Amino acid sequence: MKVYGSVLKLRLSMGMQYRAAALAGVATQFFWGFITIMVFEAFYEYAVQTPPISLREIISYIWLQQAFLVFITMWFRDNELFELITSGNIAYELCRPCELYGFWYAKLLAQRLSSAILRCFPILFVSFLLPKPYNMTLPPSLTTFLLFLSALLLGLFLLVAISMFLYISVFITMSPAGSLLVFSILGEFFAGLIIPVPLMPTWLQKIANVLPFRWTADFPFRVYSGHIPQNEAMIGILIQLGYLLVLVLLGRFALNRVIRKVVVQGG
Amino acid sequence: MIQLEGISKSYKIAKRSTGLRQAAKSLFYREHTIIDALKDISFSIKPGEIVGYIGPNGAGKSTTIKIMSGILVPDTGSCTIMGYTPWKDRIQYVKNIGVVFGQRSQLWWDVPVMDSFELLKDIYKVPLQEYKATIDLLIETLELQEIVQSPVRQLSLGQRMRSEIAASLIHNPKILFLDEPTIGLDAVSKIAVRQFIKTINKEKGVTVILTTHDMNDIESLADRVILIGKGSLLYDGHLEKLRKRFGTHKTITADYGKNTIPIQIPGTSILSWSPERVILSFDPDQTKTSEVITHLSDQVKLLDVTVESQPIEDIIVQLYKEYKI
Repeated sequence: MKVYGSVLKLRLSMGMQYRAAALAGVATQFFWGFITIMVFEAFYEYAVQTPPISLREIISYIWLQQAFLVFITMWFRDNELFELITSGNIAYELCRPCELYGFWYAKLLAQRLSSAILRCFPILFVSFLLPKPYNMTLPPSLTTFLLFLSALLLGLFLLVAISMFLYISVFITMSPAGSLLVFSILGEFFAGLIIPVPLMPTWLQKIANVLPFRWTADFPFRVYSGHIPQNEAMIGILIQLGYLLVLVLLGRFALNRVIRKVVVQGG
Repeated sequence: MIQLEGISKSYKIAKRSTGLRQAAKSLFYREHTIIDALKDISFSIKPGEIVGYIGPNGAGKSTTIKIMSGILVPDTGSCTIMGYTPWKDRIQYVKNIGVVFGQRSQLWWDVPVMDSFELLKDIYKVPLQEYKATIDLLIETLELQEIVQSPVRQLSLGQRMRSEIAASLIHNPKILFLDEPTIGLDAVSKIAVRQFIKTINKEKGVTVILTTHDMNDIESLADRVILIGKGSLLYDGHLEKLRKRFGTHKTITADYGKNTIPIQIPGTSILSWSPERVILSFDPDQTKTSEVITHLSDQVKLLDVTVESQPIEDIIVQLYKEYKI
């Protein structure tokens, strides 16, 4: 367990070195946040029927999305791991007395956490201070907030488990470009990062509900605004746990399979 | 301690000729060639030995090291190291070994060297007391005092290599695999690395297996050499024996006052000659060194004489030639 703690520590101290990147990230996220909110505002003004989710809820949804972007996007990746696999430096990882899955899971988790810590607080802080209607609002109750926190963390664990398959695929394809594209587009669309899931047509929502992606982003954000009631949120958290268990087991199995066939050539 | 029995490993490599047409063809059909990287390799190594593992490029040295360190799975054969099968009991086994791959890096690029060491301490679950003692010793003997606080990206190759070696010894392994540890190092760093390997072998009894292309490494470290070529084991034994088998010749280089008459000494052959200098080669079993020098001083006014055994490099070249590898 201590190993994972140390990986996190090391990652954090590394992440702190890139203050300029974090600042630029914050600025970009504000820009995006505003643009998206304005687009939705325009849509809502001319909506013929009442949309299934209120503008207030959408605004919280978007600010949370921007604040926790590194928790929920698939394209936020660890290039070092890709390089490890393609260059053969993985040889060293295999000489360590740890299970590779756990070790890499910790690395990926640490990377997302360290980036998020630098970015989420300034965004959240400022978004509460913004003038109406662009400001972020508090969750309806403390219970909702606690439910949101657990859902967000589980969502993060789930996303790391999903992204692990990306790294496993590189063992076979030797290039991250293809899997990255497929995972990002499909994953992020069905997680509700492009259009919030409640605004999708019913048939698309059905697909999104079956896939694990929406449990990483859409679910926790709607729990926050109270769009998903508390009792449904409880069930949702159980579903998240179920997905997490299945994906971690599957990922571990797949990773152990590919490293048995690994070829480290040259040198 | 280390026992390899009939280890074989082959790689499947996609093959295609150059050119666009061939590239298009390979979209639909791919030819593969099987390359036998290792063929039936067997040897055993006792605790406390330093073994030099040599062979030309592509001979299979690194593949053997990778099999012994549990990274690759061989096609056939068995390997028992300290009672473990490396690729089956990987996690249990690797606690006992340290590995340095000269061409790869295990240190975290962006953080100070010390941070990487601390992480390794936690990965190997080294107790704090033991860690402190080990790290002090490593820093002192490898002269790392000034570099442990710098990020790895700012280190020179020699500094990095010394840090890499330190990193692989933090958990006090019983066996150390070194895959080209002196590649690209300058003379001073090479000597420092060699000295260090000797020290840990003597004082801690660490068994060392090293591959290298620098025969000076082998000469100053290893009593025993294992030679492989094209995946087969060719020689396993003392370096001295190898030298006796091939390296019976000595050379004499003599400088003298200007002399235009070519030198003729029975039992020697001339490697090069000029009016001021001659290089002779002879077999000391048949012609005594003193005799050659006597003859020389009879014929010319000697200024300087150097007698050398055949360099180990030449022996290796001869050996490669003899085995056609």
